[in-house]
Amino acid sequence: MKLRPDSEFPADLKVRPDFPLLVNNPGLHYLDSAATSQKPRVVLDALRNFYETANANPHRGAYALSLRATEVYHESRDRIAQFLGVRDSDCLIFTRGTTEGLNLVAGSWGMANVASGDEIVVTAMDHHANFVPWQVLAMRKGAKFRVCELTPDSKIDLDFLNGLLNKRTKVVAFSHVSNALGTINPIPEIARLVREKSDAILVCDGAQSAPHFPVAFDSLGVDFYAFSGHKMLGPMGIGGLIGNREMLEEMPPYQTGGDMIEFVHDDRTTWNVLPHKFEAGTPNAANAVGLAAAVEYLDGIGMDRVRSHERALMSAAQERLSAIEGLHIYGPPASERSGVLSFTLGDVHPHDLATILDGEGVCIRAGHHCAQPLMRRLDVPATARASFYVYNDESDIDALVAGILKAREIFGYAPV
Amino acid sequence: MSQPRSSAEIGALYQEMILDHYRRPRNKGTLENADASVEMKNPLCGDEIGLQVAFEGDCVCDLKFSGRGCSISQASASMMTQLVKGKSTGQIDAIRKQFRDLMLGDSSAADDPEMRSLRALSGVARFPARVKCALLAWNALDSAMADRSSQGTAR
Repeated sequence: MKLRPDSEFPADLKVRPDFPLLVNNPGLHYLDSAATSQKPRVVLDALRNFYETANANPHRGAYALSLRATEVYHESRDRIAQFLGVRDSDCLIFTRGTTEGLNLVAGSWGMANVASGDEIVVTAMDHHANFVPWQVLAMRKGAKFRVCELTPDSKIDLDFLNGLLNKRTKVVAFSHVSNALGTINPIPEIARLVREKSDAILVCDGAQSAPHFPVAFDSLGVDFYAFSGHKMLGPMGIGGLIGNREMLEEMPPYQTGGDMIEFVHDDRTTWNVLPHKFEAGTPNAANAVGLAAAVEYLDGIGMDRVRSHERALMSAAQERLSAIEGLHIYGPPASERSGVLSFTLGDVHPHDLATILDGEGVCIRAGHHCAQPLMRRLDVPATARASFYVYNDESDIDALVAGILKAREIFGYAPV
Repeated sequence: MSQPRSSAEIGALYQEMILDHYRRPRNKGTLENADASVEMKNPLCGDEIGLQVAFEGDCVCDLKFSGRGCSISQASASMMTQLVKGKSTGQIDAIRKQFRDLMLGDSSAADDPEMRSLRALSGVARFPARVKCALLAWNALDSAMADRSSQGTAR
């Protein structure tokens, strides 16, 4: 099928040939990029190149090769900081991913600054990585754990949030984009409310935003922003936490060990400067280099173009899926969502749907999307989720629709 | 990478009987005066089952299940309750073992005459990601029988 011509939002990227896994599997329709993205050849080459030309332990050796490893590691940090609009690249801490970044803030800032009787706010659309660390912190500290409810069209209910905020609110954690629904949350409105009514820190889960549209941390209006490399064409096991310098400097270390120290006395230790204070142990230099190659690749396309490509696919998919009898789409209108489409089909369980789609070579996620609090509120145990990225095109939507119709054929139609 | 499934394999998975048990589950509900009650979840996919069992001597005299999940987990639970009602724990263990072997790819297990309707689930063996769905109810029953034997409450 052909997409309707739409000059504002063309789905005109043709980058599938850049992705070896997709090239090697011509019949594969990969629609699970919200879980993890495929990797372009330039990223795989960068990993190999690091190990073949620069592999040594950064920050340690007195020899040239170790200096080379140190250099490329920090060049990678600078490149990624530039991509995410961070002028002070020392404020970008490498982590294993979003989960570790959020745990770092909860474990370090939270343990040092949250006290009994304080309040922590998360939202009902946050996935477990931005929910459970705060819940655990609240339990440890005897703080109140508050969940901000959503509007009927699956957006953060700003009035509800307003009612939760007060002078005891110490943390407001929320996702920039919901992984289960694709809702893009309005950071300026959220930040204005939070700053007006509390002294809370704003912690933003960027796992689903950094890969999909331009993000400039310095003008975002939040104190911390966590992201994952593997969802943005980079390798697994690398991501980052970007933070406000003043806060990062005051925070105690998260993990301790080599590299993060300044001087170790017998009875005490002093800490290294940023970013090293938060990077204990041998750094993940190779994957940092791989992630730098990924953002270079994304910049080559242009993040505005990435967004418009996904938006065109999303609109087309939403239009075609909503025409299928018994198919229900969750989440806000296409204009307010990223490339994530969550749906159910009559009484067909999402896992059965995913199995049947797998038979057609279509990979989707089925389940609770690590967002059980949200699923409870939607009153479904699970949904099916198709998510789009740069390498997807109309043929993926065709295959998705064909697979859903096949499921209808096998299961017949029984409304819930 | 494993190859995409063929239409024939998908057809063998979703047999009429499975869809029938999914949409019209037998023995679904709650049991008054159950001797053992077990809840199990499949955290990966969110399937949930509650199983209540009443024993008489060494036999499972009645059982009911509750919960929600995919067609495989629900049909498997429904078929299981029909098949084991009135059987001794020894007989049930034997069937459970055969069914487990069938799910893990031993197609000869289907030859056992005791397997009956469970043969409809044979196609699941070709879908390793779904085997846990088919086994959930059986694991719950195993746990219920173990609870009961550890309490030593024969009546």
